[in-house]
Amino acid sequence: MTTNNNTDFETRSLDTMCVNESQLQHKWYHNIKYLVVGVLFGITFIKAEIISWYRIQEMFRFQSFHMYGVIGSAVIVGAISVFLIKKFNIKTIYGENIEFHDKTFNKGQIIGGLIFGLGWAITGACPGPIFAQIGTGATVMIVTLLFAILGTWVYGYLRNKLPH
Amino acid sequence: MEIIELIKQPWPWYIAGPLVGLTVPALLILGNKHFGISANLRHACAACIPANIPFFKYDWKKEIWNQFFVLGILLGGVIAFSLLTNPNPIQINEDLSKELATYGITSINGMLPEQIFSWESLLTLKGFLMMVVGGFMIGFGSRYAGGCTSGHAISGLSNLQVPSLIATICFFIGGLIMANIILPYILSL
Repeated sequence: MTTNNNTDFETRSLDTMCVNESQLQHKWYHNIKYLVVGVLFGITFIKAEIISWYRIQEMFRFQSFHMYGVIGSAVIVGAISVFLIKKFNIKTIYGENIEFHDKTFNKGQIIGGLIFGLGWAITGACPGPIFAQIGTGATVMIVTLLFAILGTWVYGYLRNKLPH
Repeated sequence: MEIIELIKQPWPWYIAGPLVGLTVPALLILGNKHFGISANLRHACAACIPANIPFFKYDWKKEIWNQFFVLGILLGGVIAFSLLTNPNPIQINEDLSKELATYGITSINGMLPEQIFSWESLLTLKGFLMMVVGGFMIGFGSRYAGGCTSGHAISGLSNLQVPSLIATICFFIGGLIMANIILPYILSL
């Protein structure tokens, strides 16, 4: 069952990035542009070895600057971009205002963050890189992906009982 | 042809990082989308097994862009792996390669040690912990934290969000604990 108006405001405040505020309706093929961005992003993942288990191990052992350089320069470029979008009120290609949502603090960012970090270091993957790893022929990572989906589902199931 | 040869080499951080960072404005300008990949795991739950759980009762079809995006990442992986393969062996830190050798991990190529991440080792205790339990922790933890490396560390920090900074620090603490304290035991199994 799906609802058009998500009235679970607590869910939204916990997870605003999931919510598409656009009221515009587009044909499905408009989504191809996101596929193209994804392809470029996936190629970058592989060629810069961001999805490499070895690079992640080096990062957490302070044996290489590579991942710090990638994440640090990504944040700087992202922050300058967001600043410019806000300052010059840049619109989307459809002329809509670009919206930003402030995140609110809750204990999940600490507890969930720690659990995520444990999983990140053990698999060498986060949710994006898993897809790129599967693309490189590491088909067994499909199992990791399925269990990541299961983990997400179990979180949704237990959500009311977990501290936030 | 020289440029293709150049692209086939591993890309330095100062090329890759800005490209990753540019994903943030690209998605915003293309359609007001916030860069955050772990949400697609939630959409997968909402689409396939909502089971009347409020957290999964929303119009996931409006979020279909994210599935196109991750499909693109997968295709990008295929393209980079098949057409832009680095002809040279992968270089890793000497201390790491010595440490891995003590666990019997000597075949270092590709993106993952195939001695661990393979269908054959899936049913061993080590493989189960690393692929199944690890995967579960990624999914559970990222949703509990409200985002993953892309949503919090890149997107959230780009928008100067303090909760994202807290989450990023915790991702890192978790990773440090796993890589330096717990993982040595798992790899020795």
